[in-house]
Amino acid sequence: MKILKLMFKNAFRHKLRTTLTIVGIAIAVIAFSLLRTVVTVYNSGVDASAADRLITRHAVSFIFPLPYSYKDKIQQIEGVDIVTTANWFQGIYIDKDQFFARMAIDPETYFLVYPEFVLSKEELNNFKKERNSCVIGNEIAKQYNLKIGDIMTIDGDIYPGRWDFIVRGIYKPKDKTIDGTQMYFQYDYLNERLEKEAPMRANEIGWFVIKIKDPSRSADISEKVDKLFKNSSAETKTETERAFQQGFLSAVSAIITALNYLSFIIIGIILLVLANTMIMAARERTREYAVMKTLGFSAKHLVGLIMGESMVISILGGGLGLLLSFPVVDGFGQAIPKGMFPVFYIEPITIILAVTAALSIGIISSIFPLIKALNTKIVDGFRFVG
Amino acid sequence: MAAIIKVKDINKSYQRDNFVVPVLNNISLDVEEGEFIALMGPSGSGKTTLLNLIAGIDKPDKGSITVADINIAALSESELAKWRSHNVGFVFQFYNLIPVLTAFENVELPLLLTNLSKKERKEHVVAALTLVGLEDRMDHYPKQLSGGQEQRVAIARAIVTDPIIIVADEPTGDLDKKSADDILLLLERLNSEYKKTIIMVTHDPNAASKAHMQRHLDKGDLV
Ligand SMILES: Nc1ncnc2c1ncn2[C@@H]1O[C@H](COP(=O)(O)OP(=O)(O)OP(=O)(O)O)[C@@H](O)[C@H]1O
Ligand SMILES: [Mg+2]
Repeated sequence: MKILKLMFKNAFRHKLRTTLTIVGIAIAVIAFSLLRTVVTVYNSGVDASAADRLITRHAVSFIFPLPYSYKDKIQQIEGVDIVTTANWFQGIYIDKDQFFARMAIDPETYFLVYPEFVLSKEELNNFKKERNSCVIGNEIAKQYNLKIGDIMTIDGDIYPGRWDFIVRGIYKPKDKTIDGTQMYFQYDYLNERLEKEAPMRANEIGWFVIKIKDPSRSADISEKVDKLFKNSSAETKTETERAFQQGFLSAVSAIITALNYLSFIIIGIILLVLANTMIMAARERTREYAVMKTLGFSAKHLVGLIMGESMVISILGGGLGLLLSFPVVDGFGQAIPKGMFPVFYIEPITIILAVTAALSIGIISSIFPLIKALNTKIVDGFRFVG
Repeated sequence: MAAIIKVKDINKSYQRDNFVVPVLNNISLDVEEGEFIALMGPSGSGKTTLLNLIAGIDKPDKGSITVADINIAALSESELAKWRSHNVGFVFQFYNLIPVLTAFENVELPLLLTNLSKKERKEHVVAALTLVGLEDRMDHYPKQLSGGQEQRVAIARAIVTDPIIIVADEPTGDLDKKSADDILLLLERLNSEYKKTIIMVTHDPNAASKAHMQRHLDKGDLV
């Protein structure tokens, strides 16, 4: 239809102004997508934590170890299904700025408690068989080009020395929200060497992970665990994995909340940018709208013309922004240390939000100029001098 | 011949800030079908206001305006819009063409409100542009045309729907003598050959002399 053509021509009447507005919207949409991605990725980390897993750690701090002997005692508690252990190993692998989680774990039970890390039976068996074997996430394998049978040499820091591991398994995350950047090796390998080199530190565990049979009993079982070690030299603190995650990230959480607000403030800014463009455009065309009304064009036509123009700009800006968001978010994911946000991708909800925002901004921005155009009497429109 | 336009006892005032400015006082005017009338008078005397009332883009405070047996003062805004699109052709001092549309598209604009097919619209537009002598400028944009040519496009736009009356508010006010004469000649032709009733507001005695009849407004009174 001809009106549609006029709408497009109007949108690009001031090419520079329209281009700047479109670019402005695109940049804002990119910023929005990036911020939303950080927020949703953070939240998905908390969501992914299972309700049937408890974490038992030292009551004073996460950095103090617990005696290995607690494992059997916890196992005795009624309602406990599996107990597994983990030690934070850290160390430096190739580049000290490239951070990813490296842990000593119990090969017999760990993958039973964490089924979201999918490992083939064969690879799991090979992992269990060899003392110095390790399992890595598929993303780490890809990033460092590691294959089964390769040697990973890690320079220990918490546990000093040179450590060699043979890759015997590569796990795949169950879905996109699961971290594919971890490295696990046998606790016994660590412990046997500690017994020789630093016997004081042997037989100690970073934390226990307890899989319980009934998630609704998490509070009750947590209490029982902690009671068991009350008044011992190493008291424990047990909580659900979710509470643990949230606590661990509570400092981050304030920033995340700020980012969340910021992402919506950005939407507000785009709104102002476009509304400003539209108000200027409609003001300049006061006479033309008066002409169209004189010729018999109705409110319906003006709504189509003005709102349509605003939508054209917002859709182009939003579309461009969304398209560019993918490489930008990807690049950002590459630039930040691995493991800080292990999974970093644009969630569908972010896309939906960005599209909805762009469309509503197109509509809202046109409302003020539209009301103005509709309410200006023809005779006043002709008398208008810009 | 019967009067096609009957303006009876109309009053019009405008609100400016806190006080009311009376513009037209009890004006009555009859225009016969096929008439070419010039409205003259000093600036601010209410010429444009009277023309706008007759053309149905504004309403009187009091009185009636009957055009071809329809009292347009009693129509609603949307009825009036529809009425205008069928019955009135508009020519303005500053042409008022849409700058992003070509001459062809500008003339086609009022036809978009009809249910003519694309082909029929094209025939009408070409005929109107040929009548004003711009058939070779159809694809030009307003800024590629001279003032006189722009005004001729505006006249083509005014006649393309075949209205019964044409209102022209100082159609030569912004033109040089030569272009102004072309426009006046065109209006005379529309009146004599196509039997259009024309009401033209003008300051220019030369322009007014082309009309059959001259009426003068002074401070809101017709004299
Ligand atoms: N829409 C309006 N709102 C307020 N005042 C108006 C409006 N239209 C006209 N007026 C006032 O009414 C008076 C008559 O205006 P009008 O435009 O009819 O005069 P005119 O005879 O056409 O003058 P000109 O020769 O300068 O065009 C003027 O004082 C003008 O300021
Ligand atoms: Mg005037």
